[in-house]
Amino acid sequence: MLAIVSHIAIGATDLVAAFLFLFGLKRMSSPATAASGIRVAGIGMVAAVLVSFLYVFTIDAAARPHLVVNLELAVAALAVGGVGAWFVGRKVAMTAMPQMVAIYNGMGGGAAGGIAAVELFGTRAHGTTQLVVTLLGALIGAVSMSGSVIAWAKLQGVLGKPLRFSGQRILNGAVFLAALAVGAWIVFTAPGGIAPVLPVATWIAIFFGIALVFGILMTLPIGGADMPVVISIYNAFTGLAVGFEGYVLGNPALMIAGMVVGAAGLLLTLLMARAMNRSVANVLFSNFGDVPAKAKHGAITGTERETQASDAGIEMRYASSVIIVPGYGLAAAQGQQKLYEFVKLLLAAKVQVRFAIHPVAGRMPGQMDVLLAEAGVPYDLIFQLDDINADFGTTDVVLVIGANDVVNPAARSDKSSPIFGMPILDADKARQVFVIKRGQGKGYSGIVNALFYEPNCAMVYGDAQAVLIKMIEAVRGLGAAAA
Amino acid sequence: MTADLTMTGFVALYIFMLAGFAGWVIIGNVPAILHTPLMSGSNFIHGIVVVGGLFALLNASTPPEQAIGFFAVLLGAGNAAGGYAVTDRMLAMFKSSGSDGKHPGTARIHHLKKKG
Repeated sequence: MLAIVSHIAIGATDLVAAFLFLFGLKRMSSPATAASGIRVAGIGMVAAVLVSFLYVFTIDAAARPHLVVNLELAVAALAVGGVGAWFVGRKVAMTAMPQMVAIYNGMGGGAAGGIAAVELFGTRAHGTTQLVVTLLGALIGAVSMSGSVIAWAKLQGVLGKPLRFSGQRILNGAVFLAALAVGAWIVFTAPGGIAPVLPVATWIAIFFGIALVFGILMTLPIGGADMPVVISIYNAFTGLAVGFEGYVLGNPALMIAGMVVGAAGLLLTLLMARAMNRSVANVLFSNFGDVPAKAKHGAITGTERETQASDAGIEMRYASSVIIVPGYGLAAAQGQQKLYEFVKLLLAAKVQVRFAIHPVAGRMPGQMDVLLAEAGVPYDLIFQLDDINADFGTTDVVLVIGANDVVNPAARSDKSSPIFGMPILDADKARQVFVIKRGQGKGYSGIVNALFYEPNCAMVYGDAQAVLIKMIEAVRGLGAAAA
Repeated sequence: MTADLTMTGFVALYIFMLAGFAGWVIIGNVPAILHTPLMSGSNFIHGIVVVGGLFALLNASTPPEQAIGFFAVLLGAGNAAGGYAVTDRMLAMFKSSGSDGKHPGTARIHHLKKKG
């Protein structure tokens, strides 16, 4: 009786939770309601977690003797994992958001893989369909976990340059096929099937090992500039894995939440890839960034012209229109507050100031929007590529801050460039371009930027925050002199 | 147990199909400005995996199962709690020029811009 009531309570609560997730996600898709959207989804999560303790009335006979220990373990795991991640998530700098999303996503993938492992080692999956779905979820979850950890390490700077070697794609393909082969072997040798040679548990362990290795190998060669797409696709992967394990556990809330995230993540990934004019397969397998090291860029002549921060600041003060193009360098220098301070000075001097955001600026889609929002920049000053690109030709000054590939005109003109065809912000069409850059040399992706050699472009070398402070002082100095 | 939630393969496929469609449509017309919080928010939503982890852990009957179940719950809880924390922080910062800049967390957003 208690078991039936528990089942109904869990089923009903999960249904409500699934609704709240969808409703919350819908609210999150508009700036005005977004903040309440996450809270709505949060209520669903808390309810679903609390009610799942009713599982104690429904557990297998085999697990009864372990109930007290299992409950203690559950509470401890919830407390340590939940409180720990909560604390870190509250403390971490806004600029570190991409790697935080990567690591939390990897945790979700690991959890899905763990559920699959319990089902597989405990031989709980019944029938070929369940077994296949469990294994698929295990594979995707494990790849998402190890891949996300590598993505985190790259963004955090723990791992440096992309690791590439000849025959890499063949090796990766072979490892992937090996995972599929071992998975198929487990299905065929399942109880009632052919003799497994090694114990089934060993094969399962091998399967997980190969899947984890594949996630690492697949992510290692991908350049840092492509990490937004990679995080997004692993986010979709984890969603799929959760959905599959939800099916195995007979839990529709997991199935719905997982598949919604899988589809949403897939669409987001495609949008991002399209913004770079590349296919997702091209991002994952093309070893992007390798090319410029080998290819000769004979088309670029001339030298980079340097100017002082104060001169650039004053020129903007007397311009009538300024467009600011922020990139990862702004995030790295934590310069967003100083940038808005500078922008407020320009606005006070009746300069029209707008921000132009490229879809893949930074290390995550929309990262620049979040940074500017953190500094307090109103979002009606912020424009996306399609909305502002036509205006560069009539703009006095463009200030590029720590962005590189997204303003490289080679994407329009140079067929040999690896980014040829990628839509870019046409910063070079403005009357004057200033580029704040940490130093001479190539950007994160390693591609030479033709913009820097244009006659209407001047470079301001230095840390973005330090440069902006100088610009602020220069413009303030003008005001003081006039008064 | 008569009130169980077992389902046939086709019912599962219908659920997957409809949920996938819902996710696609909901994200379809989101402005680019919300891409990062939305990725983070959907990341939070798959934190529901913690419920599956709890089910696996509570049904564990051997030490390896208990150990793996423990880690599944630990990681799932991290996914959910961390995902919520960062998403909430990001979304609290969005505001338009019509709002008071001093309290971004409580600021109201006065108007919307629709972007593809």
